[in-house]
Amino acid sequence: MNITFLVITGVLLAAGFYLVLERTLTRVLLGIMLLGNGVNLLILTSGGRRGVAPLFDSSIAPEEYSDPLPQALILTAIVITFAVTAFLLAMIYRSWALTSADVVADDTEDIKVSQSTAYDEEEDSPVAEDTTEFVDEEGRPIREGEE
Amino acid sequence: MEFLELSPLAVLLPIFGAGAAFLARRRLRVQRLITIGILCLTLVLEAGMVAAVWGGESYAIHIGGWDSPFGIALMVDGFSSFMLLISTVVSLAVLFYATSQGLADGDEPGPVSVFHPAYLILLAGVSNAFLAADLFNLYVGFEILLTASYVLLTLGGTAERIRAGTTYVVVSVVSSVIFLMAIAMIYAATGTVNMADLAVKLPELDQGPHLILHVLLLIAFGIKAAVFPLSLWLPDSYPTAPAPVTAVFAGLLTKVGVYAIIRTETLLFPGGTVNAALLVVAALTMVIGILGALAQTDLKRMLSFTLTSHIGYLIFGVAVGGPLAIAATIYYVGHHIIVQTSLFMVAGLIERRAGSANVTKLGSLAKLSPMLAVLFFIPAINLGGIPPFSGFLGKFGLLHAASSEADALTWVVIGAGLLTSLLTLLAIIRVWARMFWRRAADAEVPNAQLIAESTRVLEHAAAGGAESPHLGRKLARELESESLPWGMRYATGSLVAAGIALTIFAGPIFAFCERVAAELIAREPFINAVLPLS
Repeated sequence: MNITFLVITGVLLAAGFYLVLERTLTRVLLGIMLLGNGVNLLILTSGGRRGVAPLFDSSIAPEEYSDPLPQALILTAIVITFAVTAFLLAMIYRSWALTSADVVADDTEDIKVSQSTAYDEEEDSPVAEDTTEFVDEEGRPIREGEE
Repeated sequence: MEFLELSPLAVLLPIFGAGAAFLARRRLRVQRLITIGILCLTLVLEAGMVAAVWGGESYAIHIGGWDSPFGIALMVDGFSSFMLLISTVVSLAVLFYATSQGLADGDEPGPVSVFHPAYLILLAGVSNAFLAADLFNLYVGFEILLTASYVLLTLGGTAERIRAGTTYVVVSVVSSVIFLMAIAMIYAATGTVNMADLAVKLPELDQGPHLILHVLLLIAFGIKAAVFPLSLWLPDSYPTAPAPVTAVFAGLLTKVGVYAIIRTETLLFPGGTVNAALLVVAALTMVIGILGALAQTDLKRMLSFTLTSHIGYLIFGVAVGGPLAIAATIYYVGHHIIVQTSLFMVAGLIERRAGSANVTKLGSLAKLSPMLAVLFFIPAINLGGIPPFSGFLGKFGLLHAASSEADALTWVVIGAGLLTSLLTLLAIIRVWARMFWRRAADAEVPNAQLIAESTRVLEHAAAGGAESPHLGRKLARELESESLPWGMRYATGSLVAAGIALTIFAGPIFAFCERVAAELIAREPFINAVLPLS
């Protein structure tokens, strides 16, 4: 195990997750790129110790080769991260073109629901019935707390 | 068994179909024909696959002839082929719906014509995830479907969809990163990513690393499956997409996550070390999701919340474990895919008919559009778990399995499940009473067109009097067919019918689910099929 790799992986992932939590979209994008690289490094570390290139040669003992599988996995992961990054960039650009702001916008419907009261007109509206017996000079009912 | 050698076509057909559909992007008619043709072929193939494994066989395909654990294996067993078949049935219905909508709106070649290729790629990804017998291949399947879903969710690039898409993409990418981390660590710990090989090697690990790997995978899949507290992205992002896209997402995407959870819990991490935690999570998912649904006034958002809430039942089934609970979970997954998709399709129809899916703006729909009422009512009470529908059967199976040997915690979760079922019914009744039964004039935000139309229908009914009582209904039908193309109605109707079929044929289907569950819990069928006997 290579301790430097592990430390770098940790730093990359921590910085990546921190950036993803930002509201600015470009920072989120940078965070995602860091996350991608951090994970790729982690996969590379999982391959174990280093060795010669895994091209078959009958004169080399099997345990001398480096493990080719993590490298294949990283290649796939790089391609996927690349595609997703490109898509995100396009989306951020579109978002900027539409709102001229580089932040994650609020969900208006969400805010509407969170600000709505528990009072429901259809279900909770009071029965239209005047129970007070006190009226002022003009005959209007006087309720508690009213002058 | 030779027929099953064809099963990689379940992934390849949609992929190549997507390529062909993309080439034909300037000719929409050709594009539609290709997409529908490809999906029909896939459906036939998958029906054959289900028939081939109906008795409980497991069959592994080694891609390129490389033996496991070195090559990539695909697994065709009862579970994967059942999920494949249901997902293709659902996506074919949604495709007809979308095509009919496109024909009615006369969409022109342009940016929108990426819908068909992206849709096929999405299905290829879903199929790949279901067939994968290899963690990394599962990851690739997830990425294929996610990337296609990013495109579908932000189709057209309006401000609202871009806003919803941003959250969705970022959350999905983070879940993929966590999944990839789990794969890297699993490979470091065991030296393999082949699931059959892992099933043998993971139990040999120390308890600590074993638990970390287990939880990491659960978190990654939990985000995709929208399990509380990782579910909050879903009701935020789904409702803004076009109706067919929301419908297919609601049906399939979360269920791929659930599929992965069931597969890994039964195959890789048997023994139920985290079952108590899963039980708590399941109860919270159910109750908090449904409380969210009660607060919504937008029909699509309400349905999104019921979607996350009912994922809780599936997690509950996994947490209980045991053959009956797993069988009920598999049955419930099938039910949930079909019912949620049909509900979202109906929501799309309502939006089209009345100009909005916001409950505060609707009314009189039972009079104006009786067919919509029937199409909504059947899947809605099915979701609410009213006998004799499949929702009741699935929930009954789950709760029965859970109560047979329950401790205190399980009883609490059973209570939460029953409460959720009741609250689901309440949420549905509230929406139903407002949209369909009250007069359009009584709506919080009255809609002039709805009021005018309902007055016309009532006048016609009154004019017809006793001699021709159908006059009002005839007008309602005419108004209905004006705004709703027949293709959309029949596509929705056929999926609702599929939901009823799941009830009518519940006996054989549940027996099949029991065979599948027995196989999953035994684990040997999978391991022996994938690994060469040595």
